[in-house]
Amino acid sequence: MSSFAAYIKSWFTGLGSLLTGLKVSMTNFLRPKVTECYPENRATLKMPARFKGELIMPHDANNEHNCTACGICQMNCPNNTIKVITDTIETEEGKKKKILKSYIYKLGQCSFCSMCVNTCPFNAITFAPTYENALFTRSKLIHQLNNEGSRLKEKKKKEEAAS
Amino acid sequence: MFDFKIVTDWIDQTLRSYLPDFGVLVIELILVGIALLAAYAVFAIILIWFERKICAWFQCRLGPNRVGGRWGLLQTVADTIKILVKELIPINHIDKFLFYLAPFIVILGSMLSFGALPFGKGLHAIDFNIGVFYFIAVSSLGVLGVLLAGWSSNNKFSMIGAMRSGAQMVSYELSIGLSLLTMVIFAGTMQVSQLVNQQADMWFIFKGHIPAFIAFVIYLIAGHAETSRGPFDLPEAESELTAGYHTEYSGIQFGFYYLAEYLNMFIIAAIATTIFLGGWQPFHIPGWDGFNQVMDYIPTPLWFIGKTFFCIFLSLWVRWTFPRLRIDQLLRLEWKYLLPLNLLNILLMALVVISGWHF
Repeated sequence: MSSFAAYIKSWFTGLGSLLTGLKVSMTNFLRPKVTECYPENRATLKMPARFKGELIMPHDANNEHNCTACGICQMNCPNNTIKVITDTIETEEGKKKKILKSYIYKLGQCSFCSMCVNTCPFNAITFAPTYENALFTRSKLIHQLNNEGSRLKEKKKKEEAAS
Repeated sequence: MFDFKIVTDWIDQTLRSYLPDFGVLVIELILVGIALLAAYAVFAIILIWFERKICAWFQCRLGPNRVGGRWGLLQTVADTIKILVKELIPINHIDKFLFYLAPFIVILGSMLSFGALPFGKGLHAIDFNIGVFYFIAVSSLGVLGVLLAGWSSNNKFSMIGAMRSGAQMVSYELSIGLSLLTMVIFAGTMQVSQLVNQQADMWFIFKGHIPAFIAFVIYLIAGHAETSRGPFDLPEAESELTAGYHTEYSGIQFGFYYLAEYLNMFIIAAIATTIFLGGWQPFHIPGWDGFNQVMDYIPTPLWFIGKTFFCIFLSLWVRWTFPRLRIDQLLRLEWKYLLPLNLLNILLMALVVISGWHF
């Protein structure tokens, strides 16, 4: 191609690419806006499903959780956020068994790496999409995740009985 | 159409009945000056708000929406108050006289062309018979202030910014001049009032069809480069030169540059409006008398400002679309693309005028 033909061609390719750019920005201009007007839309604000606000331990209607107090989460935590305090009881058959006494979670230390949730063998803990976690007192950042008087869900035995 | 000449003539008559000619002249000059300065400041505040809103929408944001209700209407007013009370930081090792003079030259350049704009029927302060020439002349005065600022700051970033600005202005003045010349050939006059009056039945961009449209596009590109914004903001390229020629300025001195930048955008759009889009003339279609009459009910300053803001919107659209050019790309665009097209366009326009192929 001669240089003059290339020059003429560059006119049209250049113009075409410029118009494509203008079209893209115009579609953005007309698109609904993504800004959240935060304090006003508190009632309707939905956080994304994978948002990590704080660690929680789900309890069912009978106040039962899935935590066996194995301590894997505590071992995996990179910055000592979790403290599993256990208690030893004697079951009806006379066996010694470790149960969860209190599950201490320090929100102020958590880096939300999700190692505890990923390594938990019983899916006992998960992240909740809460926000507005700011407080005036540091001591309030220490949460106890298991409810008062909660028990371990006797899952396996029931399933075995059913089958 | 309401003729504002009735109002201005009434003021003139009233003053004349109390004062000698000289006093009338002085008072009228002061009144016009105050009106223009007030309009200048108000337009700047509106434009900054407009730019922030439009730029936000181009980025899928909402923009200012806290100060002054849902639309953030008082945001720029608050910013203006902030910039007025900010400290002026004194700098050592600068050329003091030129350093303090530069912002005033920039403001002066844009103020001079602002004064000669036809804002509405009868709202036209200065009407030279070489109006278009005057616009070209005074709108390039601003670059003097930019060069002085860069030189007197004693700062390499400022200097590079000012030098780039100089190269850019020299190049793009040519395109502005030639594209306006195209329309001067078409209209046969340089007087702004006559240019506007000739567009009473139809705007020049429709009357002159293809060559007028090409000239309009070239004018917008070159004018956009002249205001050194958007893809042409090499003089202040934040990532390379901190802020270019106004790096060393603070407080209201920086505010002057800011003001002049926005007002230059307004002036470029206003000249485009005057010469291509009919100035304050309402939108008329020959033959549709009912439609034309309805259009006449909209006040002429509203037409002028509406069309100007449309041109500003086009400029913002370009600004928030394209990345910044390199200096060689900037000069290539002017000298290898716009200039040859411009010269051909003048030839085409001359042909159109000679052959009478226009409306």
